Amino acid sequence: MKITIDGRSVDAQPGQTVLDAARAAGIWIPALCYHPKTGKAGRCRACVVEVEGQRGLKESCALPVREGMVVRTDTPRIHSVRRMIVELLLSEGHHNCISCQANGICELQDMAYHLGIDRPGLRIDSHPTPLDDSSPGILRESDKCIHCGRCVAACQNGVVNQVLAFAHRGSHARVVCDDDVPMGQSSCVQCGECVQVCPVGALTLKQPRERKIRPYEARPTKVTCPYCGVGCQIDLYTKDNRYAYAMAHEQDWQEQPNQGMLCVKGRFGLDFVDAPDRLRHPLVRKNGELVEASWDEALDRVAAGFKEIKEKHGPDAIGFLTSAKVTNEENYAFSRFARAVIGTNNIDHCARL
Amino acid sequence: MTNSMAEVVKSKVILVIGSNTTWNHPVFGSLMKRAVKHHGAKLIVCDPRRIELCDFAHIWLQQRNGSDVALLSGLQYIILHEGWENASYIRERCEGYEEYRKAIEFFTPEKVEELTGVKPADLRAAAELFARSGVGALYYCMGITQHSHGVDNVKACVNLQLITGNIGVEGGGVNPLRGQSNVQGACDMGGLPNVFTAYQPVTNPAAVEKFSKAWGAPLSAKPGMTLTEMIPAAGDKIRALYVLGENPMMSDPNLHHVEESLEKLDLLVVQDIFLTETARLADVVLPGVSFAEKTGTITNTERRVQLTWPALVPTGNVRQDYEIVADLAKRFGHDFPRTPEGLFEEMRRLTPSYAGMTYRRLERVGLQWPCPSEDHPGTKVLHCGKFARGLALLTPLSYRPPAEVPDGEFDMVLSTGRILQHYHTGSMTRRSSILNLIVAAGHVELHPEDARRAGIAADDRVVVVTRRGRIETRALVTQRVAPGSIFVPFHFAEAAANRLTNDALDPVAKIPEYKVCAARIERAGTAKA
Ligand code: SF4
Ligand code: SF4
Ligand code: SF4
Ligand code: FES
Repeated sequence: MKITIDGRSVDAQPGQTVLDAARAAGIWIPALCYHPKTGKAGRCRACVVEVEGQRGLKESCALPVREGMVVRTDTPRIHSVRRMIVELLLSEGHHNCISCQANGICELQDMAYHLGIDRPGLRIDSHPTPLDDSSPGILRESDKCIHCGRCVAACQNGVVNQVLAFAHRGSHARVVCDDDVPMGQSSCVQCGECVQVCPVGALTLKQPRERKIRPYEARPTKVTCPYCGVGCQIDLYTKDNRYAYAMAHEQDWQEQPNQGMLCVKGRFGLDFVDAPDRLRHPLVRKNGELVEASWDEALDRVAAGFKEIKEKHGPDAIGFLTSAKVTNEENYAFSRFARAVIGTNNIDHCARL
Repeated sequence: MTNSMAEVVKSKVILVIGSNTTWNHPVFGSLMKRAVKHHGAKLIVCDPRRIELCDFAHIWLQQRNGSDVALLSGLQYIILHEGWENASYIRERCEGYEEYRKAIEFFTPEKVEELTGVKPADLRAAAELFARSGVGALYYCMGITQHSHGVDNVKACVNLQLITGNIGVEGGGVNPLRGQSNVQGACDMGGLPNVFTAYQPVTNPAAVEKFSKAWGAPLSAKPGMTLTEMIPAAGDKIRALYVLGENPMMSDPNLHHVEESLEKLDLLVVQDIFLTETARLADVVLPGVSFAEKTGTITNTERRVQLTWPALVPTGNVRQDYEIVADLAKRFGHDFPRTPEGLFEEMRRLTPSYAGMTYRRLERVGLQWPCPSEDHPGTKVLHCGKFARGLALLTPLSYRPPAEVPDGEFDMVLSTGRILQHYHTGSMTRRSSILNLIVAAGHVELHPEDARRAGIAADDRVVVVTRRGRIETRALVTQRVAPGSIFVPFHFAEAAANRLTNDALDPVAKIPEYKVCAARIERAGTAKA
């Protein structure tokens, strides 16, 4: 079907929301509580739009498209509502962008920038709460929380780890772990899904903070998790050829095997690539000791050894253990080596173990 | 897996056996929990330990370690006696029913209780829930395969899914969850002694001819030895071993023997990124690169072939793993393709189930095999409408006890496995700072009753002893294990679980019995961990 957004005719699917249809057409409507993975929440009103023939502003994240609908996303009225929302949120919390780990990827900062807000015009008493740095991988700064509910929805309904919930009511509402214990003492399994969806700096990863890497300095590469067989698609962020942190790959997330989620191993367990004891050169045993060698020396020794054994004892005296951790291409090459170069079918791997 | 992970939300009932899914395949565990919480799926968990999924289960059957054939056959006994089976599916798509049916008669609910410890009423409730809720999926992992009768366990799973008509349908299937990122791919690529890529048998003359033509060399038509046969033959039939990215010194059963065996080799070559326990014994160590430094494809548990890209440039005098192999081949006068894509292209021409895949097609969300041609969309559900062999075989099974059962001297049942935060032999996860903050060292799970009886308090240092060896570790007193049972994760070199395990093998699959052996536990001293 067709709808009109800001004077443009746009394709929409039945069942889609106005927000999704607009974004699919490249028209950006801000949203603080809605996230594609956690769905609509109707909490923030950042996404309001005007619909011709209807009174009042509508939340586009919850508004289904209708044939012929005429929508405006960019009127002075909408701007003033958004300004109100953002100014209120900025003044309620402790939003010091200079030192925030979310600087540059914060959706609140982004809205403020686009609305041209210099500094909050309103002042409301904040409730300073101490940082929760009790968990190994995640830092919680409740002072920056905008109560959007994404993390609660993600933890309860996405990864279904059921740790996070809202406690207390009204202006005292807070996100808590279990019965309001520090994250490190809670049942949290550190999957990091809550960090992945948090629009602001209220939930951030400790790894890049400790390495002093701001998100916009790091570059993502799509990799496949090296651990279990789910095959999660990961955006591995690096800076200066070193590991920075990991996020679930969210493009086409509905069709990815991990649907935009990770577990603690994929999220936090990849820094081994920078371990100081990585092997950096070939080793060859001499007089009982493994010593550094050139590639030619090492490979010549292997080739000579295989040739000699093959001559003396036949190809079946050589065995090959290939790996469930290396790629298909490497497995294929290794198998071809065993079978065609050496001439044995003595090849196996540890699927059994 | 015969089916795909995303389908789990379409199952009406899910049976999980021998898989601690939320620890070992956590993201899929989340999908499973979602299926129960939001999509109304019924969940049956069969596990000797009270795993996290039990909190979401409608029924939890706590069978004894190693009694899975009896449990699964007991479910089938009830289903068949109640007439809850899918008779037309059995008639149209299965064979061997008569003999199978006779064998099932052994597994009366009373007999099954005797063998598994599961009460007839609970067994019946599970059978009814599974057979009468609608389409049902079965998921299993190493808890099914790592037994001296692992192949029978798998067949029992298949039998259950056949008589309920759950194979070849969306939301159903027999779904092994692969424990390592590319186990599926290693098998698909012919990393097995009896097959080339895509399971083309080395005993098939046509396959041998095809590959020998492609590779320009005569090939052996004699199936080779398995890992669990090669290691004990070291120094005897096997004189040299080339180990790529594996650590048998940690992962193999009965480690004392492994070390002795590897030392007897004339030549041990290890290609890895760390000086692992195995690499330390090597004559030549070849440094490859980590997953984050390479291009290539990985095949996940649902047969999805996905690309992985290099995020980092390797440092030091290391080489890509495929280059190392090509450099060696060159020394024998063989020319191997020198790029991952070149290897993939050569492979897919020889591999019918991968034939339609190209790097370009894989880029977005991968493809699931079989994908025989470049216009084929890949396959989400296997065996729709027809099995590769025509009719599916219902296999008659009999109960066999584990190779080693508790006795006076070794009075506990020991099983081994993984925990959430660590992986396999620990060579990667134990070098991760955060994972080590969460869990730094090994432990043994022990039931409070057994702890009391042995005078062991939480966090005491304890010694676990079997006929093969002993380890010292920390006591984790928990009701997760059943009384009389203990569980040791195998990631920790200083308390290596596989010093304890039994190298009794399944006669067909040659998988060692990691999930059951007899052990004893005692206090090491008074020092707290
Ligand atoms: S890290 Fe995962 S388990 Fe922990 S609170 Fe966040 S979403 Fe929940
Ligand atoms: S912590 Fe973040 S995601 Fe959670 S409610 Fe606050 S702002 Fe939203
Ligand atoms: S992130 Fe976790 S669930 Fe996903 S593949 Fe890696 S180990 Fe498996
Ligand atoms: S995004 Fe629509 S109400 Fe928050």
